Amino acid sequence: MAEAQHAISEAKHDEKAGSWEPKIVGFLCNWCSYAGADLCGVSRYQYPTNIRTVRVMCSTRISPHIVLDLFKAGADGILLGGCHIGDCHYISGNFYTEKRVRLMKKLLEDAGVDPSRLRLEWVSASEGEKFSKVVTEFTDHVRKLGPSAVKKQEAAKAKVMAADDASVTFRLRALVGKEYNLETKGNVYKNTLDKAELEKLIDVATMDEFERSLILVLAKGKSRSVKELGSIMEVPTDKVLRHIVVLRQKNLISMEHPEGFTPTYRTIEIGGEQ
Amino acid sequence: MAEKKAAANEKPRIGVFVCHCGSNIGGFVDVPSVAEYAKTLPDVVYSTDNLYTCAEDGLASIREGIRKHDLNRVIVASCTPRTHAPLFQATCESAGLNKYMFTFVNIREHCSWVHMKEKDKASKKAKDLIRMGVARARLLEPQEEAKVEVTPASVVVGGGVSGMTAALSMADMGFPVHLVERDGELGGFIRNLNNLYVTEKSASETIKPLIEKVKAHKNIHLHLNSQLKGVEGFIGNYEVVIGTKGAEDLKAKVGTIVIATGALEFVPEGLYGYNQYPNVVTLTEFEILCKKKTLPKLKNVAFIQCVGSRGQVKSYCSRICCNVAIKNAINIVDNYENMLGLMEKSGTVVEKIPVETKATDEIMERRRRRRGRERGEEGEAEEVKLGPSEKIEVTVFNRDVMAYGVEHELTYNKAREKRVKFVRYTTDHLPKVYMEGNQLMIAYFHETLKLERTMPVDMVVLSTPLVGQPDAGELSQMLKVPLGQEGFFLEAHVKLRPVDFATDGIYVCGTCRGPADITECATQASAAASRAAIPMAKGYVQAEALTSVVDETKCSGCGTCIQVCPYGALRKNEKGYAEVIVAACKGCGCCGATCPEGAITMTNYTDAQLLAESRAALEEV
Ligand SMILES: Cc1cc2nc3c(=O)[nH]c(=O)nc-3n(C[C@H](O)[C@H](O)[C@H](O)COP(=O)(O)OP(=O)(O)OC[C@H]3O[C@@H](n4cnc5c(N)ncnc54)[C@H](O)[C@@H]3O)c2cc1C
Ligand code: SF4
Ligand code: SF4
Ligand code: FES
Repeated sequence: MAEAQHAISEAKHDEKAGSWEPKIVGFLCNWCSYAGADLCGVSRYQYPTNIRTVRVMCSTRISPHIVLDLFKAGADGILLGGCHIGDCHYISGNFYTEKRVRLMKKLLEDAGVDPSRLRLEWVSASEGEKFSKVVTEFTDHVRKLGPSAVKKQEAAKAKVMAADDASVTFRLRALVGKEYNLETKGNVYKNTLDKAELEKLIDVATMDEFERSLILVLAKGKSRSVKELGSIMEVPTDKVLRHIVVLRQKNLISMEHPEGFTPTYRTIEIGGEQ
Repeated sequence: MAEKKAAANEKPRIGVFVCHCGSNIGGFVDVPSVAEYAKTLPDVVYSTDNLYTCAEDGLASIREGIRKHDLNRVIVASCTPRTHAPLFQATCESAGLNKYMFTFVNIREHCSWVHMKEKDKASKKAKDLIRMGVARARLLEPQEEAKVEVTPASVVVGGGVSGMTAALSMADMGFPVHLVERDGELGGFIRNLNNLYVTEKSASETIKPLIEKVKAHKNIHLHLNSQLKGVEGFIGNYEVVIGTKGAEDLKAKVGTIVIATGALEFVPEGLYGYNQYPNVVTLTEFEILCKKKTLPKLKNVAFIQCVGSRGQVKSYCSRICCNVAIKNAINIVDNYENMLGLMEKSGTVVEKIPVETKATDEIMERRRRRRGRERGEEGEAEEVKLGPSEKIEVTVFNRDVMAYGVEHELTYNKAREKRVKFVRYTTDHLPKVYMEGNQLMIAYFHETLKLERTMPVDMVVLSTPLVGQPDAGELSQMLKVPLGQEGFFLEAHVKLRPVDFATDGIYVCGTCRGPADITECATQASAAASRAAIPMAKGYVQAEALTSVVDETKCSGCGTCIQVCPYGALRKNEKGYAEVIVAACKGCGCCGATCPEGAITMTNYTDAQLLAESRAALEEV
């Protein structure tokens, strides 16, 4: 107990003195990057103490939601480690990881978070030294970026919340789930799609879903006009209106007229708790 | 099941065992304070530190802790789960605790050993890591491992030397085997060949006893003119459809599958005048001519090695062609008249093709020659008997000769002693095949003399690599086993699991997994057969309780998960929802991260568990 209290006062002290330490979470796949981190230890390569690692069987386990949820909770940096392409223990797992990381970075960017706070690295079981280099370098990088804005600014947090919500929409999950196969094996007509075109399509969808999710976050428990939403989001009002049409069709937002003729909108919350 | 539920509903009682690992952890982390800290965490009812948790007294303290404090979850904070998890899990089980209620926290490889100069920070990190472990442990649930029965029967695809050897091995062990061969005959590629290196017999003679045994074996069901048309299921429980020309499809239940579909020879279209000039042939074509005794009359033969391999069209070395070319070069020199069928006509068939392998004479001979050279006497080649070879010149253009191992080097030397010329070329100066009037010619750069040279030839033999079957992709998709970049099947691990696929229950051998000669094919085939026999002999496999679980109330039946699973471990059930084949699922989590409806979660790696563990890292304490 004494120890714990000591830790608490230490943390407070740190903040006051401005000696902030980045909080970094690493997800490592059991077969390569976790083993690489083990070898790093066995070989006594040193690295900064900031990273906290979580073992998963494969990098492919990490859905965008897990990463964005952690950013929402205030992570300063997240490292995903996997096997080199072609070496995934589950054959093709990391192909999907690559696609998902692209989506996560796009969502972070849309949410105003520097996407380099998320890093994907391939580290094999024999690359102990590489692991220490990766962690050292990434920790320094995150330190330079400074603390995540999520912890201090409500607006920043709202955006990351929206990004997280967008990441679990059917449309984005289905798109990014099918992306790899569409690129390599083709659609039902056996036509493979051009990579650049597919990425463009996904980026547009990502931006749409993010903006719609942000509208729902902003209008949660607070009725807002299109103009108001547009100015907070820095999105043209006609685009906001188009999103609202879609959200109304999906029965996710309701229209209200509290101020005469200007309609305002409020997120419909399922399960009460308005 | 009842026991499992009861345990799941119980309030967590967590015990934490922090290890000093001698001074490996204790020297760099304040272990007692870390163990003290653990006591402050939610649901932790007991915490202690051990000098060596993995030693007998450490394990005893875990067992005692479980009994004394009625622990229903155990955390060991020590080294790496990759080596020690099984030991601690077994310890928990021996004290009546489900092994899935155990959590490993790595404070050695991931903490004390990588932060050796910052004891305070390392100790704080160790506490954080344990807090993360506790967050995870609180959400654990006991799991039962599924036991899956294995049908003790196998299907082997491909009836070459590999497929036959594998089938015969398993049949001899008493397992019924379906042997599926696309052609109307057994034997595979060997049927093209004249003789085999380092044996004196013809290829068909060599393979005959094997074919006869296979045909006669009561446990082997031979399906000629047949192909695998469909496969469903998973280890122990495959249902295969065997399609035979002109017959009805046959369904068979098998527990394992062995792939032995062989390879083809690369056709050097557009290289060295192939298909452009007469008498430019591939190695296989040459062997066929020899075998049929239809070689034209020749004075001058050139082999060109590495045609289309090692970076030309294919990146790899085909492993066998040097030795095949050497074999053929010796055959021509020694046995030319027989190969033309001349001796046969005159009634003096030479049965034996003399490729000698007697090491002692050979070595003595080489030593004598080397001594001769050392004395500056270059010309003692006359000591070697010249057979009918004077009639024919053989030149092997090569990048370097890969005559590896014991016999091949000797055979290579034999060829040189028989005046087969080995001329090196580099990729900067490829030999050129062309016509001068009616004469086939080779132009080449003599690397030693640094001179451009030309020579007339009667025949050019191109040594091209073995290449994967053009339709291997279909089989790969049907079975969900991978093909490598070069079109050969890809084993689970190049060093440690050379004849397994990553998918349990499917095995691979022979040239379909890469160039190999017959000895190597037979070795691999025996290995694949014994690997396949393991689950069949045992009768069951136990699946780790680390699989995906579909929530039918959320699943929309979109099928995305089925597309992404590398093991074919998901299928649609009769209601149209996704269903996990527990025995086939490897627990990678790809489907879970993919499912657009969020309908899939992983046992023992749920979103809630992962998020609790990682979020705990961010807590301010
Ligand atoms: C020119 C040349 C000379 C050689 N000389 C020698 C030598 O002297 N000594 C030596 O040791 N090795 C030699 N080899 C190598 C030897 O031929 C191979 O190692 C051996 O034949 C490979 O046997 P396998 O059973 O793996 O494949 P294969 O013999 O190719 O057999 C594969 C079988 O599978 C069948 N098949 C393919 N696809 C399917 C399908 N989808 N469904 C059902 N059946 C299918 C094929 O019809 C074939 O019968 C030589 C090779 C070449 C090219
Ligand atoms: S991806 Fe999800 S929703 Fe689609 S079939 Fe699979 S489990 Fe069902
Ligand atoms: S967890 Fe992996 S192996 Fe299991 S069903 Fe999902 S994708 Fe397939
Ligand atoms: S197992 Fe390492 S990335 Fe898949």
